[in-house]
Amino acid sequence: MAEPQPVLEMTGIVKEFPGVRALSGVDFRLFPGEIHALMGENGAGKSTLIKVLTGVYSLDGGTITLDGKAVRIGSPLQAQQAGISTVYQEVNLCPNLSVAENIFIGREPTRAGRIQWKRMRKEAAELVDRLGLDIDVTAPLSSYPLAVQQLVAIVRSVGTGDSDGEGSGTKVLVLDEPTSSLDRDEVLELFRLMRQLRDEGVAILFVSHFLDQIYEICDRMTVLRNGTLVGEHMVRDLDQVGLIELMIGKALDQLEELHDHQLHADVGESLMKAEGLGRTGGIAPFDLDIKKGEVVGLAGLLGSGRTELARLLFGADQPDSGTVTIGGKQVSMSAPNDAIGAGVAFCSENRKTEGLVPDLTVRENIILALQAARGWTRPIPTAQRDELVAKYIKALDIRPANPEARVGQLSGGNQQKVLLARWLITQPKLLILDEPTRGIDIGAKTEIQKLVVSLSEDGMSVLYIAAELEEVLRLSHTIGVLRDRKLVAQLTNGPEITPSKILETIASGEHQ
Amino acid sequence: MSTTTKTPAAPGAPERRTPSRSARLLGDRRLPVLVTAALFLAMYIAGLSRYQNYGFGDSQVFLNLFIDNGYLLVAAVGATFVIMSGGIDLSVGSVIGFTTMLTAWLVQDVGLPLLLVIPISLAVGAFGGFLMGYVIHNFEIQPFIVTLAGLFLFRGLCLVISKESIAIDDSEVSSLAQTRVPLGVGELSIGAVVALVVLAAAFYVLHYTRFGRRVYAIGGNEQSALLMGLPLGGTKIAVYTMSGFCSALAGLLFMLYIQSGDPLHAVGMELDAIAAVVIGGTLLTGGSGYVLGTLFGVLVLGLIKSIIQFEGTLSSWWTKIATGVLLCAFILIQRVMTTRKKT
Ligand SMILES: Nc1ncnc2c1ncn2[C@@H]1O[C@H](COP(=O)(O)OP(=O)(O)O)[C@@H](O)[C@H]1O
Ligand SMILES: [Mg+2]
Repeated sequence: MAEPQPVLEMTGIVKEFPGVRALSGVDFRLFPGEIHALMGENGAGKSTLIKVLTGVYSLDGGTITLDGKAVRIGSPLQAQQAGISTVYQEVNLCPNLSVAENIFIGREPTRAGRIQWKRMRKEAAELVDRLGLDIDVTAPLSSYPLAVQQLVAIVRSVGTGDSDGEGSGTKVLVLDEPTSSLDRDEVLELFRLMRQLRDEGVAILFVSHFLDQIYEICDRMTVLRNGTLVGEHMVRDLDQVGLIELMIGKALDQLEELHDHQLHADVGESLMKAEGLGRTGGIAPFDLDIKKGEVVGLAGLLGSGRTELARLLFGADQPDSGTVTIGGKQVSMSAPNDAIGAGVAFCSENRKTEGLVPDLTVRENIILALQAARGWTRPIPTAQRDELVAKYIKALDIRPANPEARVGQLSGGNQQKVLLARWLITQPKLLILDEPTRGIDIGAKTEIQKLVVSLSEDGMSVLYIAAELEEVLRLSHTIGVLRDRKLVAQLTNGPEITPSKILETIASGEHQ
Repeated sequence: MSTTTKTPAAPGAPERRTPSRSARLLGDRRLPVLVTAALFLAMYIAGLSRYQNYGFGDSQVFLNLFIDNGYLLVAAVGATFVIMSGGIDLSVGSVIGFTTMLTAWLVQDVGLPLLLVIPISLAVGAFGGFLMGYVIHNFEIQPFIVTLAGLFLFRGLCLVISKESIAIDDSEVSSLAQTRVPLGVGELSIGAVVALVVLAAAFYVLHYTRFGRRVYAIGGNEQSALLMGLPLGGTKIAVYTMSGFCSALAGLLFMLYIQSGDPLHAVGMELDAIAAVVIGGTLLTGGSGYVLGTLFGVLVLGLIKSIIQFEGTLSSWWTKIATGVLLCAFILIQRVMTTRKKT
């Protein structure tokens, strides 16, 4: 089959945010009547590409061609008028309006400027019906759960340009992770709808981090990594392992190096046990047993649920199901304070936004958690405080070794160490490290890894999350493998466990 | 083709797609308006039983609520649009005061005919609102700050016209001010009629035009409204322009009511307008409310004033105290309702 003309072509797209180059010279094309997957790890630039296409962000470089004509799309309104309908990653509806209004707002049927409510409700009901959904369109959107709201957003995007003959009808439908809060039946409904529209000639851009869904519904895919184009492939020509390699940017055999075990063996009795712990939209229920002095590593693609799992164990998110026991006692994890009280510490991956206070000094930042644990009414004596701070600055080799330095001016690696020091000072039983080595230089990286080893030798348990498989493999006694927001396997580290083995587990979703 | 979900809900997915009745009632956005209407009724009945022998039951006493508060109603209608869109307009009182000065000066000192003065002052108010909306949208500055600047600006401009108050003895003005529209059971002033027309127009705009629905959408979630492809800037600027227009119109009505211009007229009236809107059940965070609620809000405030007058011995400061108490109560009700809705 000769390739027809693409309905949409983006060339050399560049988008910069302060300090981040989110897209550097990305090419993308979309053909009529195809479902095209846009793939990449979290932060690869998928949503940004979509927002550039639909006029939410302005373009810093590159061109967009629609139906062979160069276009400038300055706002979501213009995108809609050009026939591009979008469901953004964040639900983008107004909860205070009715379902019918959410579907039609901006293009309500009117006569002489007067909105025809009856007709609007009727048409909304018909549209919902045609898509095989059962939703009362007169009810306020806020009375429905998130999944239904997501479906309404999809109905809206499909219905765009339907009434009044306004707009040119949907030519391109963009769906940015629409399935993240849908259950299986709803996903099937969506897929049926997508196929129906594809057969009507609509070009569909689909983003999902569920690989199975991609292989089920998509014809072609474009892979992004760190804001650059990695390649465009027919889905049938690329298997899941190949896709993951493209997404994380390493061939399997490259990952085999750097693999030596010197894990200490004295792992003690169970420290923290999670049973059936889970949260809808976060991570499927899982069992996990972390022993004293054990390092448990979590492996999986970005967005596979690693952080979500950690947040549940720390009480930062509320679980819908399951229990946590620490040292044999059941604890209710309803807030981080409960976890801190039970001896759990959590170093967030967003050290800038969730962890450190950049305008405070190193000393103040280090002392923060200890002070919180003591309660704000009982200040720590100055002498004791200074001694503690000095000790940890020395132990972690924080540079400059000046407790009065402002944290914001430290390098990434040293900031990370300050954050670590803050938690270590509280002497936790379990230390959760979410991407502790991201964005720091290789020297600091090695030091932090060494520190993890020595902490676990001293009997502290560590939950270690890192993007790099070899890092996880080098440090962990047990490796939990996540995929599509599910803990799919727990591997006991040993000579037969290699990065490629883990990758296969991630790709296939099971442990062979 | 609709087979999967049209069948009666599977046991695994109970009533997910139809919210329960009680949830819908509690979540019903009309509830606050009903509460305010009921409050008004209760206060009215209480007044009736207490001051029956002093003529409180006279239908003209009821109609006077509209005559004495017409200007406030107009200002509050403008404020309803702004608050509904998630903003705030603090310049209302100053624009009213300025309009009284401007019109008094134009009629009295310049000698322009009223027919010309009316459109001029309305245009000035609307333009002031437009400028504030433009700054708010294009420079992304908090409405609070921008309209606060407007508050000072217009109050200052009053003094540019004159430091003294200007009494109006123009015959056109006084005859218009004294004109009464007979209603059978009583009569209304021109001001009251204008206010009711504005109210009806606002109701129509909010519920039957795309613009009105955009105001609700933007107040509900501005970011979403933008992503849904709604023209954010145009709508916001239009909202502040309308508020400026309503303030100027309220200023005209106030000038008719008082028949003078004074640099200190209507100081703080923006707060009365906001109070009326909130008591009328509009959410201060935007996106939820009815302009009909604002009518009841104004009536409640007006009724408090008349009851205090009937009481005779109470100082008029009690109006403020009662307003404050009501405001607190209604904000608490809003709070309870919104948190209840979320869980
Ligand atoms: N509004 C923004 N301001 C600054 N940085 C942003 C913004 N939106 C996205 N980014 C950055 O751009 C990169 C790509 O993000 P995004 O497009 O959301 O990735 P994806 O959708 O593939 O997960 C990330 O590094 C992200 O932090
Ligand atoms: Mg995204």
